[in-house]
Amino acid sequence: MIVMSNIIKSLYNIRMLDELAEKRTFIHNIHPLIKVLTTCVYLTVTVSFDKYELSGLLPLIFYPVVMITLAEIPMIPILKRMLVVIPLIIGIGIFNPLFDHKPMVVLPWIQISGGWISFFSIMFKGGFTILAALILIATTGMTRIASALRMIRVPRLFVLQLLLTYRYISVLMEEAGRTWNAYMLRAPGQKSVNPKAWGPLAGQMLMRTYDRAQRVYQAMGLRGFNGEYNPGDVKKVTVKDILYFTCWAAFFAVSRYFNLPALIGEVVTGVMK
Amino acid sequence: MSHHIVDFIDIYFTYPDGKQAVNGITCRINHGESVGIVGANGAGKSSLLMLLTGILLPAKGEIRVGETPVTKKTLSVIRQKIGFSFQDPDDQLFMTTVYDDVAFGPRNYGIDEPEVKKRVMKALETVGAVHLKDRAPYKLSGGEKRAAAIAAVLSLEPDILVMDEPTAALDPKARRRLMNLLKGFLHTKIIATHDLDMVLEICERTIVLKEGRVVCDGLSPEILNDEELLEQCGLEKPLALQNCPVCGSGKLYGSLLEGTGK
Ligand SMILES: Nc1ncnc2c1ncn2[C@@H]1O[C@H](COP(=O)(O)OP(=O)(O)O)[C@@H](O)[C@H]1O
Ligand SMILES: [Mg+2]
Repeated sequence: MIVMSNIIKSLYNIRMLDELAEKRTFIHNIHPLIKVLTTCVYLTVTVSFDKYELSGLLPLIFYPVVMITLAEIPMIPILKRMLVVIPLIIGIGIFNPLFDHKPMVVLPWIQISGGWISFFSIMFKGGFTILAALILIATTGMTRIASALRMIRVPRLFVLQLLLTYRYISVLMEEAGRTWNAYMLRAPGQKSVNPKAWGPLAGQMLMRTYDRAQRVYQAMGLRGFNGEYNPGDVKKVTVKDILYFTCWAAFFAVSRYFNLPALIGEVVTGVMK
Repeated sequence: MSHHIVDFIDIYFTYPDGKQAVNGITCRINHGESVGIVGANGAGKSSLLMLLTGILLPAKGEIRVGETPVTKKTLSVIRQKIGFSFQDPDDQLFMTTVYDDVAFGPRNYGIDEPEVKKRVMKALETVGAVHLKDRAPYKLSGGEKRAAAIAAVLSLEPDILVMDEPTAALDPKARRRLMNLLKGFLHTKIIATHDLDMVLEICERTIVLKEGRVVCDGLSPEILNDEELLEQCGLEKPLALQNCPVCGSGKLYGSLLEGTGK
């Protein structure tokens, strides 16, 4: 149960992503709208791959790697956040190897069942999707993402919902952390919360979270918030931004229409012949 | 000027769970007045302030700010006039940096960015928090959070400043700084608090609440000297008005006011 408290601690620090978004690297300086669009294209391309097309998917890892490096995002916290969701993806994919035994050739000398291939393809797709979303938040910040969504005419209600849900998660995590601490301080020697106390504790936490979320929303309303947040530093889209988008879009398109690993393999073997 | 008069006319409010928090409050606060609202825990201070800002709407009665009644329709007008700081500054700070938080209000009212910047810096200077501007609000100490929360209210340049227990959880120095700041704010101030010494120092008028009713409304020095009344309402005479505990005679009040009159 030590692990549990660690997870809470890492989630408790959920606002770290917002802090990262305040950095000023090349990536951070790209227009939010452009980054949102690039992420959309990336996600569309990623999920559009057929479930048996594992090798074609691999070059897409290039995008998160480049982004994390250029934006100076620390790896560990990002991986930790991914760890929290990975069980979910495994849950979705795990039945494929059980039911799909169709043999498939990966490389000339290895044969694996189709189930395993599609399992890994789901793992990669899920992993890439989450990574791309985390990177977008860590390089742009939720409020700027929201204003970018408004620029492309996403309905106001939807954007507001997104913004408040995001806030709500951090409020929930903070309350969870507090409740956890309050319990642990008065339950010395216990490694985890006594199962009997889970019910009341969870109920209490939800009530408190609800109250606080309400007050936070009221505080926003008191200062004139009506669903349209203006982040202040709205810039114009520049040539640099368009170039950035074009480069990535071109790369995604090439990865989609050509199986790069196979191509490279052919070239290499061709040269060797 | 009549446009900043705050008028409570026979206000009743009951929480959904049946708790009657405000039971017929009538009072008028004039332009430029500085009013302390005191009372024991649960007397209804916070509820009254939330009614004034339209977070809660009264079950019966009417609240007017200037000529405008507080209703759902007039909220945005009312809220531009009133700056409200919450009891818990954590509820008020939700942006990533202190700067963005202080800028949140002005930006919502469509003020252009150079003017926003001017206002933010001025508000931060007023509370002595310029050095905090790039910090994350949730990582500040209690006093620093309070300062940031007050700056966030001041940047809206309100005509009426409403505060719920502003000195709670402040160390003596931060409390002193806040009190000096409040003395410098010349518009209408409405402050709910247990800190009677502060009321004595910065509010000329005191309203005492008990169980959602006004028990007494008058000049601060008179009310805060009325031991019996305060006792009944679960309060205690301000230290400054108590006899010196060491020598048993003489009151600190005079010397205290002299000492801070600068
Ligand atoms: N959200 C709520 N739901 C139900 N009752 C409440 C709520 N908030 C406050 N009360 C009750 O209303 C009364 C007045 O509370 P409040 O205005 O917060 O008092 P004060 O700020 O003077 O301490 C108290 O008895 C309190 O228990
Ligand atoms: Mg209160």
